[in-house]
Amino acid sequence: MNMVRFVDAETRVVVQGITGRQGRFHTRLMLEYGTKLVAGVTPGKGGESVEGVPVYDTIAEALEHRIDASIIFVPAPYAPDAVYEALDAGLDPIVVITEGIPIRDTMEFVARARRSDITIIGPNTPGVIKVGECKLGIMPARVFTRGRVGIISRSGTLTYEIADHISRIGLGESTCVGLGGDPITGLDFIDALRWFEEDPQTDAVVLIGEIGGDAEERAAEFIAEGGFTKPAVAYIAGRTAIPGKRMGHAGAIIQGERGTARSKIEALESAEVPVAEKPSDVASLLKRLLS
Amino acid sequence: MRLLEWEAKEVFRDYGIPTPEGRIASTPDEAREVAEKIAQPVAVKAQIPVGGRGKAGGILFAETPEEAEEAAGRLLGSTIRDVEVREVLVEERLNIERELYLGVVVDRSSRAYTALATSEGGVEIEEVAARTPERIIRLTIDPLEGLRPHQARWMVKQIGLEGRGMLTAADILVKLYRLAVEMDAELTEINPLAVTPEGLMAADARLNIDDNALWRHRDLLERFGESELLDLTEREREAKRLGLTYVELDGDIGIIGNGAGLTMATLDTVQLYGGKPANFLDLGGGAPAERVEMAVSFLLTDPRVRAIFINILGGITRCDEVARGVIAAREKTGVEKPMVVRMIGTREEEGRMLLEEAGIHCLDSMEEAAERVVSLLGRR
Repeated sequence: MNMVRFVDAETRVVVQGITGRQGRFHTRLMLEYGTKLVAGVTPGKGGESVEGVPVYDTIAEALEHRIDASIIFVPAPYAPDAVYEALDAGLDPIVVITEGIPIRDTMEFVARARRSDITIIGPNTPGVIKVGECKLGIMPARVFTRGRVGIISRSGTLTYEIADHISRIGLGESTCVGLGGDPITGLDFIDALRWFEEDPQTDAVVLIGEIGGDAEERAAEFIAEGGFTKPAVAYIAGRTAIPGKRMGHAGAIIQGERGTARSKIEALESAEVPVAEKPSDVASLLKRLLS
Repeated sequence: MRLLEWEAKEVFRDYGIPTPEGRIASTPDEAREVAEKIAQPVAVKAQIPVGGRGKAGGILFAETPEEAEEAAGRLLGSTIRDVEVREVLVEERLNIERELYLGVVVDRSSRAYTALATSEGGVEIEEVAARTPERIIRLTIDPLEGLRPHQARWMVKQIGLEGRGMLTAADILVKLYRLAVEMDAELTEINPLAVTPEGLMAADARLNIDDNALWRHRDLLERFGESELLDLTEREREAKRLGLTYVELDGDIGIIGNGAGLTMATLDTVQLYGGKPANFLDLGGGAPAERVEMAVSFLLTDPRVRAIFINILGGITRCDEVARGVIAAREKTGVEKPMVVRMIGTREEEGRMLLEEAGIHCLDSMEEAAERVVSLLGRR
């Protein structure tokens, strides 16, 4: 079984694609948050610097710093190569922010990563944050306050919406991870649940799912079988979605009879995971479970 | 992108997968000519990107070229499962002894292609999975190893093929996998794979290509053009041209959100309060004022839309940009419709001020805003 690795205050990071518009912008925000960004890589831009972070042509050169993890902002056609570069350097975890990577490419680099026991977060993810310690992603910092609720999500803005409620109600978050909106991602709910089960700083977990695939159903089975024992609450987006239509995310599509919100909600409820009707209900359900 | 049968069959031919002789026709005359060339009984098949075509009357048989002309006349211009038939495929009618199934599909849970084979061809694989799941042979293919011929032989052996038939079917399956990988298929199926006295033949073909990979298949787009737009509504086609992520629904409340999950949750919440969303429209991340303006104008000019709900959680999306876009859309279209805006996050204050000045009130809570927009239309 693969070990999942997330981040903390000690995690030292390289930003791949640091000189692009997104890369620059989020480098600044991550630095402001306190993330230890020690190097950037953009082939052909070696020798420059972004927000005081030195830029290298290759990760091999950037390794004159000690680096643990990578975050990737490289455009889709070139992103797989960036992932392999990070894999070859043994960086772990590798957070792939890039949206629009072909499924076949993702299947290949995820298989490689799993073979090397390296965690890939994403693609098409807002990233991962350990609140108050390390933000390796594009999520707005101000919706999070330090607390003891973990979040696992397939969606970006919906995570911020729900985290904001959890923060306002005074519970706060420990670690939040975006699995990514693509059909194939490095992590699924079960991988993340295993990690949160062992995390001493997390008392309860929120699962934010959406239509498409059966990751939520499998997570529900995993919980029902006792794989995850802490309190859990869920929200599933897409009750009104039409089968066969892609709802924004490449992975958010109901195919055949599978992947409907109803099927996910029923599976979770039968695993005794309460499912919120509205995003704001997640926080109140949590409060009830934790009091 | 979902290819039509004739398009998928052309790709199959590129890969050496046996397909019946046939050609596409867009008029009854053309259909007759194709049938004359084939010089034997033919099948006339409506080319539409939806399943269950046979049951819906989309496949007709013809003994003579005149009958083929007549069949094409009946199909062309008709509507099957809400899609207009613009082309028919006229091909030799096969002498089918048995119908098998071979497929290669992306399997999300194993994060890999899965090869599927069953002796129960001719019906949708989901149906077989529901009725007789034990008849489906599955193999998860390691993305780094590929499908080996011996694995393919093992699979087709289990669906009852022997001798030469087994060897041919295994060869077809290996080719189908290679096609899936090289063409970035999300799904490709031969259903049915017909067993005929002349050998195995792909009687029908399905090929769905990963939209995110279309940039490396420009040749395909040039070859087949716009068939991918066939199953979109008029407004969805227009939205696609504008580059908007839009899905048409049948209600009257126009919805704009940022981020797919939040936008879906917005639709769900509106519905929970008794409203009916007219659409899904995701601005994506970091939309500038121009893009917001385009999106809002798109809904303002949709006669079905009676009120608009804009739900923004600003991260990389800036609320002031959103406000500017909303105001510009109202000014430029000259259309006034009740509008509820919920906007929090980056540059919230600036955005709110701009909207308030324009007489649009801004709310903090998505639920409150959903309730408001529903009550504006006098429903609950």
